[in-house]
Amino acid sequence: MSANAVPSGNTLAVSRRRKRSLANSKWPVLILFLPPALLLFTVLVILPMGEAAWYSFYNWNGYGSPTQWVGWRNYQLIFRNSAFTQALINNGLIVLASLCVQVPLALWLATMISSRIKGALFFRLIFFLPYVLADVAAGMIWRFVYDGDFGLVAGISQMLGVQAPFWLADRDAAMYAILGVVVWKYFGFHMMLFIAGLQAIDKSVLEAADIDGATGFQKFRLVTLPLLGSTVRLSVFFAVVGSLQLFDMIMPLTGGGPSNSTQTMVTFLYNFGVTRMQVGFGSAVGVVLFVICVTLAFSYKRVFMRND
Amino acid sequence: MTEISTAQPIDAASAPSSGQRIRAGTKVYMYVSLVIVAAIVVVPLISTALGGFKTLGELRGNPFGLPTEWQWSNYTDIIVSKRYWLQMSNSLIIALLTVFLTLTFGAMAAFCFAHIRFFGADYLVNYFLIGLMFPAATAILPLYIRIRDLGLIDTYWGVVLPQVAFGMGMSIMLFRNYFRNLPTELFDAAFVDGCGYMRFFWHITLPLSRPIIATVGIISFVGSWNSYIVPLIMLNSESRYPWPLGIMIYRGEFSTEWQLVLAFITLTILPTIIAFFLAQKHIIAGLTAGAVKS
Repeated sequence: MSANAVPSGNTLAVSRRRKRSLANSKWPVLILFLPPALLLFTVLVILPMGEAAWYSFYNWNGYGSPTQWVGWRNYQLIFRNSAFTQALINNGLIVLASLCVQVPLALWLATMISSRIKGALFFRLIFFLPYVLADVAAGMIWRFVYDGDFGLVAGISQMLGVQAPFWLADRDAAMYAILGVVVWKYFGFHMMLFIAGLQAIDKSVLEAADIDGATGFQKFRLVTLPLLGSTVRLSVFFAVVGSLQLFDMIMPLTGGGPSNSTQTMVTFLYNFGVTRMQVGFGSAVGVVLFVICVTLAFSYKRVFMRND
Repeated sequence: MTEISTAQPIDAASAPSSGQRIRAGTKVYMYVSLVIVAAIVVVPLISTALGGFKTLGELRGNPFGLPTEWQWSNYTDIIVSKRYWLQMSNSLIIALLTVFLTLTFGAMAAFCFAHIRFFGADYLVNYFLIGLMFPAATAILPLYIRIRDLGLIDTYWGVVLPQVAFGMGMSIMLFRNYFRNLPTELFDAAFVDGCGYMRFFWHITLPLSRPIIATVGIISFVGSWNSYIVPLIMLNSESRYPWPLGIMIYRGEFSTEWQLVLAFITLTILPTIIAFFLAQKHIIAGLTAGAVKS
């Protein structure tokens, strides 16, 4: 808490009466200001999470009250479900794509935009645009792009004189097609992180490197990159968190299909828990997701970001 | 959670990182690269907008180019339809209510955490931080049951309240960090003059907090405007659907007529794009700085 929360004794002008009135005025504020946030947060965030843990031990369709206790069976069913395994793999693929494609791309663009070239602001604007669009809209636009009959892929295939592929209907290709959309939608955001990271680098370090005769690439590899470590970790952290939430974009693209090849954790929860009103099973998936989120958030911060 | 101070305006052009002179060759290479990436971003968007002006037959043969005959009726039919405006106003109402409550409740709670010493304050802050660690999807089924038991299914409030609740962690964090960094002389002066906490909040803290109100407001507005999973679960009647749900329904209805779907997508994302170009500086800074908070 702020050390200045209560005026300290050195302000001699504060009379005792005023001090008392200040202390008295603190309770009405607390009683008026805290409860709305506290109540809403407790009732709609914390309690549901606790209830998810409770429901996850029942077989329940959501009506009446849960009575059919099934122990750990819902959890066993989750881990035996091949669609769930696929969802885990897909979530991993998204993180991998972020590491291998998104971070290098974002960093490369950020260095170009941060150098003194004309039009940098314009390019920055364009690159950030997909990030403000809704995931649903981005998914729908790319469903059109990937369409083998009417879309851009069809047009390109026509120009090349080859048969148009239907990537979203191909269980071996669909997930990679989606990874493309994820990168398209989010690289601009990661680029902004790197632009901010580059700005924070002390210019005198780079000037010193200049004086020592370092080439542009040497400066980048030996000075800039090591100083951007915290930004890289932040960027990957957002990719991990984002991958665990990915749902809106998948629904218009594939809905998790074909044959579950593009499920993520949340589409799995939706397709197997919500649409079938399997409250027990769906809650168990939520609990697994919760445990993964919290574990990752804590361990990532502990292991990788402890110095940041 | 680490605390990174809020809202640093990010301005690429004003602060080049290095390199005083760029060689001509490098410059060409840079522009070519930037233009290619920009094309990959923009071509799908422009093709979508142009596709809305075509016939289905033309879409098959010519998905990239300009339409040979502009089918204005694809667009005008949607613009005069009730459903488009209904969805837009649904989204707007839900977003405005969400923003208002996220700002009000968040700022009020954050004020207590920033300026008042009371028993358990630190625990309470950490309690709200739990909300930053997992998405609404994890507890969506119990949340649905709770909203149903409250009788709020198929109402705006059934969407707004969960969104506000899940935005509380972000809102309180950003406000608290900002309030704590306001100059401390203000307090001493105000309290010496006999100003209570309540008046201090209204007359001093809030007027000084415009930047952070904008940041939190933008984050929660964009989040609500684009949100899909919460309305999907909580709303049943098409007359209450916000536009992301509306796109999905529209696509289901006109699945054989891509040109209409494309016109519909274009019209639904148009407000976002216009707002983005008008207020780009604030939106980019708000969304980026806001994300870095946790």
